[in-house]
Amino acid sequence: MKEKKIIDTATFDWTIIVIYAIMVLFGWFNIYSASWNESAGSIFDLSKNYGKQFLFICISAFIAIFWMFLDYKLFNIFSYTVYFLLIALVISVFVIGKEVAGNKNWIAIGSFNLQPAEFAKYGVSLALAKFLGTPDARLSDKFTFRISVLIFLLPMILILLQKDTGSALVFLSFFLVLYREGLSGVWFIIALCSVIIFVLTLYFGNIWVSGVFAAIALLFYIFSSRKKYLTIPVLLITLAVTGFSSSINLIMDHVLKEHQKKRILVTFGLLEDLKKEGYNVHQSKIAIGSGGLLGKGYLQGTQTKLRYVPEQHTDFIFCTIGEEWGWVGSMTIIILFVVLISRVYYLAERQKNRFNRIFAYCVASILFFHFTINIGMAIGLVPVIGIPLPFFSYGGSSLIGFTILLFTLIRLDSTRSTEMSTLKDMY
Amino acid sequence: MSKGGNRNLSLIIAVIAIGLIYSIRLFYLQVIDTSYVEFANANSKKILTIHPNRGLIYDRHNKLIAFNDNFYDLSISYPFSLKNFDTIGFCNILNISKENFIERLKKAEKTVYKGSATFYKNLEYYKYAALQERMYEFGKFYIEIKTDRMYKTNSGAHVLGYIGEISKKQLEKQNEDGYYSKGDFIGLAGLEKYYEKDLRGIKGEEVILVDSRGRQQGSYLKGKFDKTPVSGKKVTTTLDLMLQEYASKLMQNKAGSVVAIEPSTGEILTLVSSPAYKPEALTIRNKKLNYGKLLNDPTLPLYNRAVTAAYPPGSVFKLLNGLIGLEEEVIYPETTFPCYRGYSIANLHVNCHPHPQNLDLRGAVANSCNAYFCNTFKEIIENPKYKNTRDAYIHWRNFMLQFGLDNKLGSDINFESEGNIPTPEFYDKMHNNRWGFTRIISLSIGQGEILITPLQMANVISAIANRGYYYTPHCIKKIDDKNAIPVKFKTKHKINIKKEHFEVVVEGMKQTLINGTAARTGIEGIEICGKTGTVQNPHGKNHAVFMCFAPKDNPKIAIACIVENAGYGATWAAPIATLMIEKYLKRDTVSSKPEMEERILKAYLLKTPKSKDSVEKKNELEREEINNQKTDTSKRKTTKTNFKNVALITEKLALNKNERKKNN
Repeated sequence: MKEKKIIDTATFDWTIIVIYAIMVLFGWFNIYSASWNESAGSIFDLSKNYGKQFLFICISAFIAIFWMFLDYKLFNIFSYTVYFLLIALVISVFVIGKEVAGNKNWIAIGSFNLQPAEFAKYGVSLALAKFLGTPDARLSDKFTFRISVLIFLLPMILILLQKDTGSALVFLSFFLVLYREGLSGVWFIIALCSVIIFVLTLYFGNIWVSGVFAAIALLFYIFSSRKKYLTIPVLLITLAVTGFSSSINLIMDHVLKEHQKKRILVTFGLLEDLKKEGYNVHQSKIAIGSGGLLGKGYLQGTQTKLRYVPEQHTDFIFCTIGEEWGWVGSMTIIILFVVLISRVYYLAERQKNRFNRIFAYCVASILFFHFTINIGMAIGLVPVIGIPLPFFSYGGSSLIGFTILLFTLIRLDSTRSTEMSTLKDMY
Repeated sequence: MSKGGNRNLSLIIAVIAIGLIYSIRLFYLQVIDTSYVEFANANSKKILTIHPNRGLIYDRHNKLIAFNDNFYDLSISYPFSLKNFDTIGFCNILNISKENFIERLKKAEKTVYKGSATFYKNLEYYKYAALQERMYEFGKFYIEIKTDRMYKTNSGAHVLGYIGEISKKQLEKQNEDGYYSKGDFIGLAGLEKYYEKDLRGIKGEEVILVDSRGRQQGSYLKGKFDKTPVSGKKVTTTLDLMLQEYASKLMQNKAGSVVAIEPSTGEILTLVSSPAYKPEALTIRNKKLNYGKLLNDPTLPLYNRAVTAAYPPGSVFKLLNGLIGLEEEVIYPETTFPCYRGYSIANLHVNCHPHPQNLDLRGAVANSCNAYFCNTFKEIIENPKYKNTRDAYIHWRNFMLQFGLDNKLGSDINFESEGNIPTPEFYDKMHNNRWGFTRIISLSIGQGEILITPLQMANVISAIANRGYYYTPHCIKKIDDKNAIPVKFKTKHKINIKKEHFEVVVEGMKQTLINGTAARTGIEGIEICGKTGTVQNPHGKNHAVFMCFAPKDNPKIAIACIVENAGYGATWAAPIATLMIEKYLKRDTVSSKPEMEERILKAYLLKTPKSKDSVEKKNELEREEINNQKTDTSKRKTTKTNFKNVALITEKLALNKNERKKNN
């Protein structure tokens, strides 16, 4: 049995593979539509975005098949190696990187540009899985926690230095993995509260927010029966809240860049800037909103075709879908993503192997983050953060990166029964 | 593990929650809030107007008169910014300096209407061609193709009229359906104005897509929402271009007009007002250059004398008095009146020229005897049938009204005057309610207070040719090859005078060209019936008048011709009319009277143009004269009746009457 090493295709999770195939092909058609005009040639024209995307799809398909026949143990064995190689690739951008629109985060290979940030996620996922996958790793152990965070904070900081804020923020999604592995939920509550205080402060100003919160805290304290134990926590929380609230103006003015600040204000409707920072979102909303229930029809979208929406084939690809396929089409995409991500989370939980499980969580969390941010910004619910929609947006690095992530997972998942049988063989 | 399982579930729930939130948001954006559709339309769709071809104008023999010619205006749409604009390249193509470019931009900015303005009018063709190739680079600029009129003839400008850009007032005045928008062309005068609705066609629309930089990106949905323009209707006029051009030639260097009508239908064959201008002088592109010049020209070429100018008709009016005399049975065809080199009554004496004696009505018409018609008119006015002179006058006047006098005929030629047949009230006022035949004796021979336009004159002769009826003169024959012309042009207007009376007068008119006043102007082989007139007037030499029709039986053409300040009607007006009749009836033959034709063609009868000042001075003098006359009645009694001054007063009064009507 062992010598034959037959790979049973039935062990692959075909649900994910089918969703993947649908998304990639649908994405490709939409990239064609986004760049289409009446003089557009064949969808295979390699001088055009859609032609190149076809090439990337071919490469991805090849990698996907190759990955499915790789020895699953290799992922585990070489995880740190891959991690450090990819970190080195990210660092190399500082030296041989190509500057595009003020951001230095590309490496030119021939006529193609490689974006190491898209691959760094893979390295982190492998390394995190390996590190936390060791049987005695416990997140409650401070050393383990710090190293885990360091694993994804290192590339994040490097990418931030390359001014690619969007790609850098994606690494925050690994906190979801840590949450599953035992990180206290309190941190997420604190994060959520911070966001709420942040938004409230933007709307009402720090004096109101601090004042009202302090008043509530005071009332709570006065009517509380156990004053003795509450004095210090209430005082600390009130201080933290007022302190954070008061520092928001400082953060907005000095930490964030002007365009980032404006994007945040536009998202919360506090700034009307349809010409510059608000332009993308406004045009994006117009394109999607004008799609109606059933859309304008394939290749019939006017807003995207006439270049009203910038970056419509990459970060704003969802506009083309929304405009040409309407609410029905948009819903299809959202359902596909929800099913895919939930499926990956579900798969994660059925893994017997910690390495596999953590890796699956990484994949799901990255997809979740991309999905939430990308579509959220296209429909004006999230500030504009330039990250692609997985499998849809134009771009080789992004597509190949996600393909590797997903098919590593499929390969690992397919070994459940093999491992069982090997275990059986052993006994 | 169970803890991990819970956390796993909470993550899946989070994914589903985000999915739900996004679905609701999308449902709101795409299905509930429709404002985005409007935003998208405003963003990307632009409606271009396609102007239809204006209807072509033809003559009665289907000869083309007016057609269309394209020209190109370069327009600019707003908001416009010079960012990323290849100004130098643009200026090079247009061959203008950068300063001029900026100047034009500023000018255009002031005239923005509905988001666009004209930047460069009437683009030369080579610039248009060069620009068209690179148009996609100059996003906010676009070329408007406009259509101007062109003409196959140098004659008929007064009838055809002209088109021009619609004025602000007209734009405001148009009703709610508002067909016109700023910059549209509209018929401003002549047939172009009268048949504007038929000629203009229906505008088309092209919905095009505009990209984020304002560049045109082809049609929307392959032209699904486009509207094809409908060309204007073909308008066939009743004009005979050949005759029209010939008449213009005959009338050159003369002031006056000729109107020729086909009596059986009322169709205007020719309408010439001289001095005239070429129709092409007032095309869209030439108007700016010529209009001022024409307006200030002292010979008044813009003035359509044929319908607007009104003259005392002179001797041709005798025909009507003769007809009324017969109908009222105060004279008979055989009645004779003596002529003592004129006619005397009380202190008045109306002169007459030498002619055979003992003339009956036919002879009196042929020889234009003043005495005969003074007597006739006296009989009419003092007819015992009526209780007094005033009553008789009212009856006489009613006959005149039946001939279409003292009213606009209602033809399709604009700026028609009413002319004037004085009301009894007018004379009441003038003579303190005490007036009789002697006060209005001048009306016997077509002088005095009456005023008739050349068109009315042609209509009168047309009615005589028909022996008692007429159709309102008109220029429209067919619209789009259908005979659907306005009903009013098909309505017969009958005159309550017996046909046999007309035959008598016609007989006299026939003799006019045989042995009467116009004996030398007859054309061999054509039975022409005519009447000469020589009108005294306050502006200088007598006006020469002639009206005639031919052939005598079953008339094909009736003509009224007036040449201002030329002299005898027989010398100047009659030849023009008879030459035209020959041309019309024999078509394209060389004139049988080449020396007469040459004499007319060569004649220069225009008054030397006067400066504005001297004209005004003269008017002042004349006004004084009138005042003197009014007060000093004794002077008037002793002198010969001065028709000139009477006519002048009448002209002024008629003018006031028109103005009052306008004000109302």
